[in-house]
Amino acid sequence: MHIDPLEKKWMYVVGLITVVMVGSMTYAAITMNLHPPSNVETIDPKTLHLSGEFVEDNLGVTKNADGSLTVRMIAARYSFYPQMIEVPVDTNVTFRMTSPDIVHGVHVPFTNMSTMVIPGYVSEVNTRFVREGESQFLCNEYCGMGHDYMWSKLKVVPKG
Amino acid sequence: MYDKAKSVALANMWVAFASFFVAIILGLYQVMNRSGLFPEIESHQLYFASVSTHGVLMGFVLTTFFVMGFGYYTATTTLKRPLWNKGLAWIAFLVALGGTVMAAVPLLTGKASVLYTFYPPLQADPVFYIGATLLVVGSWLWCLEMIMSVVTWKRDNPGKVVPLAMYGTTANAIMWLWTSAGVGIEMLFQLIPWSLGLMDTVDPGLARTLFSWTLHAIVYFWLFPAYIAMYTILPKVAGGRVFSDEMGRVAFIMLLVISVPIGFHHLYMDPQQAAGFKFLHMLGTFAVAIPTLLTGFTVLASLEGAGRLRGGKGLFGWIGALDWKEPIVVAGMLALFMLIAGGFGGMINASYQMNTLVHNTQWVTGHFHLIFAGTTVIMYLAVAYHLWPKLTGRRLASRGMAVLQLWLWTIGMLVLTLPWHVLGILGQPRRISSTPYDSPLVEQWGPHEAAMVVGGAILLFSALLFVLNLLLSHVSKKMDHVDDDEWAVAVYQPLSVPKPMNGFALWNSIIAVWMVIAYGYPVLQFLILDTHGSLAWGY
Repeated sequence: MHIDPLEKKWMYVVGLITVVMVGSMTYAAITMNLHPPSNVETIDPKTLHLSGEFVEDNLGVTKNADGSLTVRMIAARYSFYPQMIEVPVDTNVTFRMTSPDIVHGVHVPFTNMSTMVIPGYVSEVNTRFVREGESQFLCNEYCGMGHDYMWSKLKVVPKG
Repeated sequence: MYDKAKSVALANMWVAFASFFVAIILGLYQVMNRSGLFPEIESHQLYFASVSTHGVLMGFVLTTFFVMGFGYYTATTTLKRPLWNKGLAWIAFLVALGGTVMAAVPLLTGKASVLYTFYPPLQADPVFYIGATLLVVGSWLWCLEMIMSVVTWKRDNPGKVVPLAMYGTTANAIMWLWTSAGVGIEMLFQLIPWSLGLMDTVDPGLARTLFSWTLHAIVYFWLFPAYIAMYTILPKVAGGRVFSDEMGRVAFIMLLVISVPIGFHHLYMDPQQAAGFKFLHMLGTFAVAIPTLLTGFTVLASLEGAGRLRGGKGLFGWIGALDWKEPIVVAGMLALFMLIAGGFGGMINASYQMNTLVHNTQWVTGHFHLIFAGTTVIMYLAVAYHLWPKLTGRRLASRGMAVLQLWLWTIGMLVLTLPWHVLGILGQPRRISSTPYDSPLVEQWGPHEAAMVVGGAILLFSALLFVLNLLLSHVSKKMDHVDDDEWAVAVYQPLSVPKPMNGFALWNSIIAVWMVIAYGYPVLQFLILDTHGSLAWGY
């Protein structure tokens, strides 16, 4: 097999680019524990409104013993319920969401609060909001003719 | 003389480009609807039926028929003998066409507005699922035709090197069989029986996992013919040689082996798969950038060689010395430019952490239009210009119009996709038909939405010039008996290559092992976990 010397040099460059990129992601995954939401937890979408974690009374913001917050929400046609969430800035927040109908996706622009919401599974996202102000949860997965109207409000308020 | 299967190649290409033209018209309608500047045409029903049809026509129909048509031409002219079984090629065409027509009816009547990725538990008309499956079945017959053509040729020509273009085409056929198995299983065991009422529920987690098996490598199924043309047609037309035949084989082998077991980068944000498997697929995703980086180098080096042979001097002088009146040369340079731009965006999407910020935003739509339309489809168009005289025996109606068309295509695509990238960063979700959010963001989106309408209009005009050129050529009376079906040769044309670079047995075993590692447990977990299916939903 014939390899041109110039080609060989380029192969080293390509190898280096790949190693640097994969290396930085591996470093972030290990040292900062930065992973995409992946908790593999199942739930019955047909009965979640009757009993268990996602009944109406349990939805919204709950304060945990360590000062962090858990926010339980339902993503369903065509909103994220409850439709208004208020959390303090610079506080660890765990979102737990699921869907009783079809596939949705949620993203708060400019933040890493993003996950798919798949019926039959519970999505969990750990984040903290660093900027105060009002923003939105936008549905970013096609979920039917009313998809454009699927959004809710998020208010990040001063701490304390 | 041998039978070059020209009529079956031409039939496939015409279906491909007719679908392409319909899809472009829908595309312009979509940007107009979405921009909010034309309230009188806004309709959610029409918009989502249109997006579904646009996606299926561009992603499945244009690509599959182009790949098949180009494959027949490649097989006969590189191996210099007839197809293994020409009847099978016609059966493949009819099965795929029948499937396309079947799928088109529910799509166009709004009974399959589930987008081209299906999204269960949204449920479409069963005819849509069956039609789409038949299209894939037709492509499987094409794979058989390609593989058997090469197998029988090798039997009759022991020890000879399979020509590079045919080696790549066979790699693509094998890769497509591996990767389309995922969507095939989803269709046959989930969507079709469920839509026919034989099953009450469907597990969207499993469906998404199976679709991801197909979803990445399918883009390489589309890209392969573009790369094959860059390696084996472009250098010759440009007046040079392939910089390295062996490196082309290495790139094709890497695309074949690596592109299938990496689909989870589409599922980074999904809750039903664990982080470890996503990380594993991320590693493969970055490995699959390697053959593209090698291809970029080899193709540019081949073009540089051609430019220097034409008298280009200095570091960049060869670029100006290229034949910029030759459609495929123009397309090749523009395609590489778009590949570089789109490739960088792709690395952001593929990154295990940064993906969070752009996932399912309009950024992603911008990214894949850059790569798909800007790199892949522009090469399809240029290959059509190159092949039309050979397939029809008539002269191309206008080379000037062809060059203009290719430039307009790239400009239109930039005007369309650069705003989309910005919109994505500004948080705009993809797959929306309007922006009725109570948010200051909506105002920031406005100017970019206006720009995309201009892009869509330029693209429709460009596509019109393309189809017109092909039509005028096809019915023209100016005969052009070009029987030059020669392919580019390499600077050092190999007289022999190591066995693994002339066949695929070793590579198939590696894919099998890698697939068991990458998809074995992630699919089996649905039998182990206490999963709950979803009922069907309309839209």
